[in-house]
Amino acid sequence: MASVTVDTTAADAVTEKGVKPPRLAPNYWPFVVPALVVIGAVIVFPWVFTLWMSVNSWTLGQEQTFIGLDNYVRLAGDMRFWESMWHTAIYTVLSVVAPLFLGTLAALVFDGQFPLRGFLRGVFVMPMMATPVAIALVWTMMFHPQLGVLNYLLSLVGIGAQEWIYNQSTVIPSLVLVETWQWTPLIMLIVLGGLAAVPREPYESAEIDGANAWQKFRYLTLPMIAPFLMIAVIIRSIDAVKSFDIIYAMTQGGPGTASETINIYLYNTAFAYYDIGYGSAMAVVFFVVIVALSFVLMMVRARTNWSDMEDR
Amino acid sequence: MTSSLWTPTRRNFLAGSAALSAAGLVGARPASAAVDWKRFAGTTLEVNLVKSPRGEILLKYLKDFEALTGIKVNAEATPEQQQRQKTTIELSSGRPSFDVVHLSYHVQKRQYEKGKWLADLSGFFKDPSLTDPSMVEGDFAEAGLKFAKDADGTLRSLPFSVDYWIVYWNKELFDAKGLKYPQSFEELVSTAEALTDKSTNTFGFVARGLKNANTPVWTSLMLGYGATPIVDGKIASDSKEAVEAAKMYQTLMTKAAPVGVSGFNWAEAQSAFLQGKVGMWFDGVGFAPPIENPEKSRVVGKTGYSVIPKGPAAQAAGTFGDGLGVTAASTKKEAAYLFCQWAISHEMGAHLLQAGAGVPYRQSILDDAKVREGVTMPGEWVDAVVASGKVSQLALPVIIPVTEFRDIYGVALTNMIGGADPAAELKKAGEQFAPVLARSEG
Repeated sequence: MASVTVDTTAADAVTEKGVKPPRLAPNYWPFVVPALVVIGAVIVFPWVFTLWMSVNSWTLGQEQTFIGLDNYVRLAGDMRFWESMWHTAIYTVLSVVAPLFLGTLAALVFDGQFPLRGFLRGVFVMPMMATPVAIALVWTMMFHPQLGVLNYLLSLVGIGAQEWIYNQSTVIPSLVLVETWQWTPLIMLIVLGGLAAVPREPYESAEIDGANAWQKFRYLTLPMIAPFLMIAVIIRSIDAVKSFDIIYAMTQGGPGTASETINIYLYNTAFAYYDIGYGSAMAVVFFVVIVALSFVLMMVRARTNWSDMEDR
Repeated sequence: MTSSLWTPTRRNFLAGSAALSAAGLVGARPASAAVDWKRFAGTTLEVNLVKSPRGEILLKYLKDFEALTGIKVNAEATPEQQQRQKTTIELSSGRPSFDVVHLSYHVQKRQYEKGKWLADLSGFFKDPSLTDPSMVEGDFAEAGLKFAKDADGTLRSLPFSVDYWIVYWNKELFDAKGLKYPQSFEELVSTAEALTDKSTNTFGFVARGLKNANTPVWTSLMLGYGATPIVDGKIASDSKEAVEAAKMYQTLMTKAAPVGVSGFNWAEAQSAFLQGKVGMWFDGVGFAPPIENPEKSRVVGKTGYSVIPKGPAAQAAGTFGDGLGVTAASTKKEAAYLFCQWAISHEMGAHLLQAGAGVPYRQSILDDAKVREGVTMPGEWVDAVVASGKVSQLALPVIIPVTEFRDIYGVALTNMIGGADPAAELKKAGEQFAPVLARSEG
C-alpha cells in the first residue's frame, strides 16, 4: 500500500496572505491521476480535437486535409457569420435586460405582504419549469398570424394583425418575448433571495430622514441587491448567449437568416452542411467570445460585492 | 367477346407480345424463377428508417417480413433531420451500425454516391433467386430509376416512395368566384389574385416561404419555364427562366398569400389551407390525408387535386423521393436486399398508397384497380398522382451541398417576399453558392 507523507517543513512557511499549503511528497501524485484522466478526456481532449479540426478542411464523406488558418480567414469574410454574431448580441442583451427589469419588479412585489402571495408566487415561477421545446411549440401557435390567439387578442382592442416570428424585423423581439416569459421567474427568485438578506435598519434610518419610496429603492435597496442582480445577469447572459432550443424550434433561424444566432449557424454548418472543420473554427471563435464575456462579467461582479463597496 | 390464355384475341396477343418484348428489353427474368425468401432465415438485420408515414408503414408490417423470411429485424426510426445526421456520421465512419438505410434522394443522393456508402445492387437485381420476376425496371417511374442509379448506371438502392408536387385547390372558393382550375402559369397567378380578398381574410395561394423549405417551390416553378438552377455542374440560377420563376413566386407570395408567409413551412401552409381560407396550396402529394380528415379539416370533400398547370415551356411536376439502400459495409447484403425488395413489393406499395402515406414508384401498383379501390383518398388524388408521374422531373439538383443550396437560395426567396429584386437576389445567391459547390466536389 502506498504511503502518503507530507513535507511538514514547508508547511511552516508563511506568506503575506497566510499559511502556505503543505508541499506534497512525490508519491502522493498517483491519487491525482484519475481526476487528471477524467478532465483530460472530458474537457481537454474535446477542445484540443476541436482546435485540430478547425485547422483542417473536413466535410463528412470527403477527405480531410490540413489547411492551417484558412477556416479562420474564411470566417473573417463570411457575412452570414458576422450577422449571426450581431443577432446573438442583440438577442442576448434583450434577453437579459427584459427579464432583469421585470424580474426585479416582480421580486419587489412578492417581497411585500398580501393575500395569496405564496400561491401567486408559485404560479409565477411555473413557466421556468416547462420544457423549452414545448413552450416553443405553444408560442409558435400563439404567434400564427391568422390562427394565433395573440392577433385575436390584439384585434379585440383594435390593433391590426402582427407577423411576430414570421417577419424579419419582428422575429428577434418576439423570440425575446418568449425568453422573457420563461426566465423572468428565475430573476425574481434570485432577487427575492437578495431582498430577504437586506437588513431593516437602514430603512428605519431613511424613514426618520424623510426618504420617499423611490429614494429608499434607489439609494438602499438597489445597491444592496446589486450583487444578486449581477449573479442574475451572469446566469442569464450565459444562458441567453448559448440559447438554441427555443430559436431552433420556433424559427430555425428564419425568416431568411433574421434570427440566426451563432449557435444556429454553427449547428447548421456542422450538422446540416457537414462542414466539420469550418464549424469547429466557428466554435473556437465563439468560445473565445464567451470567455471574454465571462471575464468582463466577473470583473463587474467583483466590483458590486458588498465588501468591495465598503473598501471603496 | 371472351378470351382465355388458350384462345387469345388479336388484341390480347399483340398486348402479350409487346409485354414480352418490353420485358426482354428491360432485362426481366423468367417468370418461372422464384425467390427463396427463407434462404437467410436466422439472420438479424439492423434497419435505419425515417420516422414518417412511409417509415411507419414499414414498421407496421414488419412482422409480415419476419414471417416470410425468418429474418429478424431490429428497426430504428428517427425524425428526418436527426436521421440524416445520424446516418451520415455513421456512414462516414465506415462502420455503420445498420445494414439497410432509408434515404431522401433529393437531398442525399450525390452525397451517398461520393462517399461510396451504398452497395451495388445490380447483381442482386438480376439474380432470379433474389429478385421477384414482377420487379422489372420498366415498372418503375423514370424518376425512380434516375434516383436509384449512379451516374454510371449502377443500381445503388431501390426506389421506395415518390413525392410529386401537386396543387390542392378549394372548390368552394373557386365556385364562389365562378373560377375554374387554371391551365397555365399565367392563369395560376391571375386566379390566385382573383381569389384573394384581404377584407375577409381569404387568400388565393399559399406555399412555403420559410428559408430552405421554400427553395423547392421556386425550382418546381422553374421546371415549367424549362430550366434548372444547375446545368452540367454549373450554376444557372440567374438565367432568364430562373428569374421569371422567381418573379412568379414573388407575385404569388406577396399578392395572393396570407400575412406572414415568409415564415411558413409546409405545416403552416397546410393549417391555412385546412381552415378553408386559401384557394390553392402547392406542395407534396403526401400531405393530402389530413385534408380529408373531418377532425382536422374544414375542406373535406371540397378539395380538388390537380397536376400543376403548364408553364411557358413545359408542364412539369417537381419530383422528390425516398429509397432504401444496403450499406457497403454490411456483411448481410443479400438479406438486407430482400428487406428492400419486400418494402417496395406490390403488397407493401398497396399499403403505402391505400393509407395515403406515400406513392410507390411502380406503375403496376398505381394501375391495379383493386389497389385503387382500397385507397382512402379521393380518386381525383390518385389521378393527380398518375398525371404528375407522366410529367415528372427532378426538382432539386443532384449535388452534395443540397442543404446549403436550399438555405442560400431560400434566404434570397424570403428576401423577395420582403420586396427585394429577384434578379439581384438570385445573382447574389449564385455568388454565395459558387464556392460551396466548388468545394463540394473538390
